Amino acid sequence: MSDASRHSPPLAHLQAAPARGGADALECHVQKRLGDFSLDISLSVPASGVTALFGQSGSGKTSLLRLIAGLDRPDAGRVRLGERTLTDIANRTHVPIHKRQLGVVFQEARLFPHYRVRGNLTYGMPPSARPCFDDLVSLLGIEPLLGRLPGTLSGGEARRVAIGRALLTQPRLLLMDEPLTGLDGERKQELLRYLVRLTREIDIPVVYVSHDTAEISAIADHLALIEQGRLTAHGQLDELMMRLDLTDRLGGFDAATRLSAKVVDHDSRYSLTRVALDDGQTLRIPAIEQPPGTPIRLRVGVRDVALAHVMPEGTSYRNGLSAVIEAIEPSPQAPSASEVRLRVGRQRLRARLTRQACDEMQLKAGMIVIGLIRSVAFDSRFQSGNKGL
Amino acid sequence: MLVEAMALSDAEWQAIVLSLKIAGSAVGWILIPGIAVAWLLARHEFRGKALLDGLLHLPLVLPPVVVGYLLLLSLGRNGWLGQWLNQGFGFSLPFTWQGAAVAGGVMAFPLLVRAVRLSLEAVDPKLEAAAGTLGANRWRVLFTITLPLAIPGLLTGTVLAFARALSEFGATITFASNIPGETRTLPLALYTLIQTPGKEAAAARLCVLSIAIAMLSLIASEWLARRARLRLEERDR
Repeated sequence: MSDASRHSPPLAHLQAAPARGGADALECHVQKRLGDFSLDISLSVPASGVTALFGQSGSGKTSLLRLIAGLDRPDAGRVRLGERTLTDIANRTHVPIHKRQLGVVFQEARLFPHYRVRGNLTYGMPPSARPCFDDLVSLLGIEPLLGRLPGTLSGGEARRVAIGRALLTQPRLLLMDEPLTGLDGERKQELLRYLVRLTREIDIPVVYVSHDTAEISAIADHLALIEQGRLTAHGQLDELMMRLDLTDRLGGFDAATRLSAKVVDHDSRYSLTRVALDDGQTLRIPAIEQPPGTPIRLRVGVRDVALAHVMPEGTSYRNGLSAVIEAIEPSPQAPSASEVRLRVGRQRLRARLTRQACDEMQLKAGMIVIGLIRSVAFDSRFQSGNKGL
Repeated sequence: MLVEAMALSDAEWQAIVLSLKIAGSAVGWILIPGIAVAWLLARHEFRGKALLDGLLHLPLVLPPVVVGYLLLLSLGRNGWLGQWLNQGFGFSLPFTWQGAAVAGGVMAFPLLVRAVRLSLEAVDPKLEAAAGTLGANRWRVLFTITLPLAIPGLLTGTVLAFARALSEFGATITFASNIPGETRTLPLALYTLIQTPGKEAAAARLCVLSIAIAMLSLIASEWLARRARLRLEERDR
């Protein structure tokens, strides 16, 4: 699994124009009326990393994706990718889909039933992408499927082929519309792991439409929150996850924050992996199959963090992080709870405590406390391979 | 004795060869326009679509003799199109086998368009959009996605059209007449025999021949369809 990381970077050829020096940022200002629904969004997508378009079904995120892809035309506005104008209604510019050089992965795989998997993969592949065909195919684990017809593939296999097919066109931007929809739990986790690995390997900006917070916290760097056709929040996902006013939208009861860390070593006897934060503090998490030095992202549920004045003795908590309290606010989730925002090194973390505990411990902003996190609270399904290879 | 009885007479051979030639040419000339019109109707919205659709179906509902007469009016020596053909190219259609092919083609056209249109409409436009996102322009989408996926319907339409042209009688006899060796196809030969007293046995033979040819073309289309499917599946092996 981790072999792909050693010959670095195997998928460099997937970049459309390496000579141009990096990928392009996407700028869009679009308006569109669809019956009673109106979409009016101005959004810029950074030139690197995964940007999640997040919102409930019917919020307009897929409509926005279709406007970017050129599958639909906005009533007004423009879409630009780097220097290139894709749509500008005022100038009557609308680059047709096939000239946009965007990779699109649809909810359904949309494989061509009369081509074998290999034929599907090479359908839009320019000769310059040929060198990375083998690497991409092995990264997606679809080598054994090359000779098969799409009708014989499982849902997860078909999605992986569709993702490979889109990437082999050397897109300037990859658009993914809820690629995990309709897969059962196991297949979903598997494909998510492939996606996380992939998005770390390629240097192409990705726009990822989803309504699942766990999925997004595993894969996204940036987040655009879309509600009723409007952009209501936009920025670094780590920062948005710290915001109490967005808690309802981003997980609610199961809200979480993220910590970035690096793998230090493995304890095979207990199946634990030790990881270090940027300030050198370490955490023990259930074992993940990554070599030492691998950067990973940890999703920490706000209800999985307890606070103590001193590191308790004789406790089952495996992790105690020294942290500074930044603020304590009433929780929007429950009248019984307070949300405590913590600083750990240069990173931030949230803890949801009962108000009673806050009062009894006399917690105040500026106080140094120990953040206790149970090792078993780390969800290895979303952790492993994260921030990739 | 039996072999001799089974052997085909020259006149019978002539009718068979002529029928196949005329029906084949009829399908040949309508195939591309038929696919184009079917594609237009299946994938596009435009003004006058209902009118075009109705006009296309006219040969199905009009008496064939009317179609033959209209052809004679327009393509005959004094017809507006016929005059132009005659003066411009020294070419005349009525009373020739080419004329019979035109009559057969016109009668078969709606059947071809219907079958092809249905199979084109059954091709998922989402696949065509996906091909677009992979950089394929309209023509590439048409030739690599739409038409290959519509092949079963294309074959059905072609066979239907061929059978219709083969059995064409009314428009042919009106427009191209019943000239032995030129326009006397199987149905016309059969009709002639029925009109002639004492030729009942010969008529029965032609009847059996017609059935045999129809069966053969059905089997051939089945075989072609299977081969096309296999070819499609093997293409990128």
